[in-house]
Amino acid sequence: MASLSVEKLTKRFGASLAVDDLELAVREGELVALLGPSGCGKTTTLRMVAGFLPPTSGRVLFDDEDVTRLPAHKRSTGMVFQSYALFPHMTAAQNVGFGLEMRGLRAAERSTRIEEALKLVRLSHLADRLPRELSGGQQQRVALARALVINPKLFLLDEPLSNLDAKLRAEVRLEIRALQQRLGLTTLLVTHDREEALTMADRLVVMDAGRVRQIGSPRELYDEPQDAFVADFVGRCNILSGRRENETHFRTDNGLLLPVDTAENESRNATAFALRPERIAISAGAGDEIHGPVQAVTYLGPQTEYHVRIGKDSLVVLRPTPTANEPLSSVKPEDIVSLQWDHRAPRLVPKVS
Amino acid sequence: MLVGLMERPSLGRGLMRALIALAYLIIFAPVSMVVVTSFFSQEIISFPPPALTWHWYANAWNKPEFLHGMTTSLQVAALAAAVGVPIGTAAALAIVRGNFVGRGAISSLLLAPLAVPGVVAGSGLYMLYVLAENFFDRDIKATTEGLVAAHALLAIPWTVRLVVASLQGLDRSAEEAAANLGAGPLTVFRRITLPMMRPGIVAAAMFSFIQSFENLDISLLLVGPGRITLPVAMLNYLEFRIDPTLSAVATAQILLVGALMVLTDRFVNLSRVV
Repeated sequence: MASLSVEKLTKRFGASLAVDDLELAVREGELVALLGPSGCGKTTTLRMVAGFLPPTSGRVLFDDEDVTRLPAHKRSTGMVFQSYALFPHMTAAQNVGFGLEMRGLRAAERSTRIEEALKLVRLSHLADRLPRELSGGQQQRVALARALVINPKLFLLDEPLSNLDAKLRAEVRLEIRALQQRLGLTTLLVTHDREEALTMADRLVVMDAGRVRQIGSPRELYDEPQDAFVADFVGRCNILSGRRENETHFRTDNGLLLPVDTAENESRNATAFALRPERIAISAGAGDEIHGPVQAVTYLGPQTEYHVRIGKDSLVVLRPTPTANEPLSSVKPEDIVSLQWDHRAPRLVPKVS
Repeated sequence: MLVGLMERPSLGRGLMRALIALAYLIIFAPVSMVVVTSFFSQEIISFPPPALTWHWYANAWNKPEFLHGMTTSLQVAALAAAVGVPIGTAAALAIVRGNFVGRGAISSLLLAPLAVPGVVAGSGLYMLYVLAENFFDRDIKATTEGLVAAHALLAIPWTVRLVVASLQGLDRSAEEAAANLGAGPLTVFRRITLPMMRPGIVAAAMFSFIQSFENLDISLLLVGPGRITLPVAMLNYLEFRIDPTLSAVATAQILLVGALMVLTDRFVNLSRVV
């Protein structure tokens, strides 16, 4: 395994800037996720690391070796593609063995290694099946085995779970993460699914329009987003634009005063108030400073979501679903409720720059 | 309500089935007429036939022009496919994968023979061959080579169409995956791209073969003594006599083409390629 550094990486397609001066480092054994909406440049970045796309400028290094000009087939990365990209005319075992064959391994050693790799992904019994005879989840595991069997310097995952159904996705997510940690794989994961990124990654890179918005651990990004884009992208968030009123309050564009501990927020350009829905407490009645009519109550099973109108603004609140004897359980639209939050919970952040 | 919902589609389905049956009838009526009449005992076909016979098959077998025509046609068709399919495949690769100005124009040019009536193309080629014969001072028309070259013109557009379609549907990430695993560009092409194109190429070979095997109009002016293709031999026969011998020959032709399609379908799923 190697570490990965990306220095001042830029990719232009004609007039458009797909990746703009990107700096990124992945330590040995670390899983870093590139997270962002489609078109943010995350896949382009991954393809430049894999060697499928030449960068317009900048460098890609594996350990200290500059591989920027090295073609894909000489980089020794193991990539899992979104479509899995299995070879349709080869069996699972032949797919897995292809990389070993390219490395000139003898047949006997190849078959031992293939067996090991298929065992790793629990597919030994399906070694002789063609890809079209395998389910989506099984194909995905063949793709994993094929990428890992060559002992790559770098493990690259391009939206590897997006073609699986929701239940399987949650399962495979944990499986890949366990495998990655056990084998100490230096991994770059590209995804647009925030849950996937939060659960799998050691560190997240939130990208937008070819630029890095923020790099940090999942918890850092979730709790301390540096701007409204990151706050919104890594999880649901109430984002209200306005300005800092004083030491203790933020005033929204609609004139609403919201309590906030500004000592926690030194942001120089605080034009938005960001507060996670689950950080807001709710109680029936108009007892507190912030109160207003409920617009909608959505039952989500373990949790219930309340849309509450406060003046001209609206806040979303996410609470554990109350049991039948709690007063909150009878709250319905048009009822007046009060909202409270720890004044250290909201972040004052710049709106999208 | 539920009954109504179930009835309507079944009415539609019935109509659909009737239409499909009608379509099959229209397609197969002429073919089956040929096959059926080849067993009629009378020389002039009339319904109902007085008796059934194998006589016309024996008659066709005993006429050297048919047997020879058959071998000539098979030979020309095989050669035309062997020449046209690689050229068409290479052209399809250039059209889909290449990155140069005028790809669209080349693609239209290669498909153009489909739009030219065979007789026109045949006479055009005839004149071209005469010119070329004078220039190179050797025979071109009435030779196997000349005929194969003309029939390759039938193979190329079919191949370009089918292989372009199969290339466009090809998942390029499989090629990237192969490169990712250490395969250089040539290995990727040989081990991944070519096998993935195989259904398109096999189908193209089959259609090219059939197009050539059945071709009458282009061949008409280009065949020569001793090199008469089967369709031309049949036309020649028709000029002097009309009897079910031709039906017998046509039945053999139909069986051969049918067998070829069944065989091809076993290798590649034709309904998915074409």
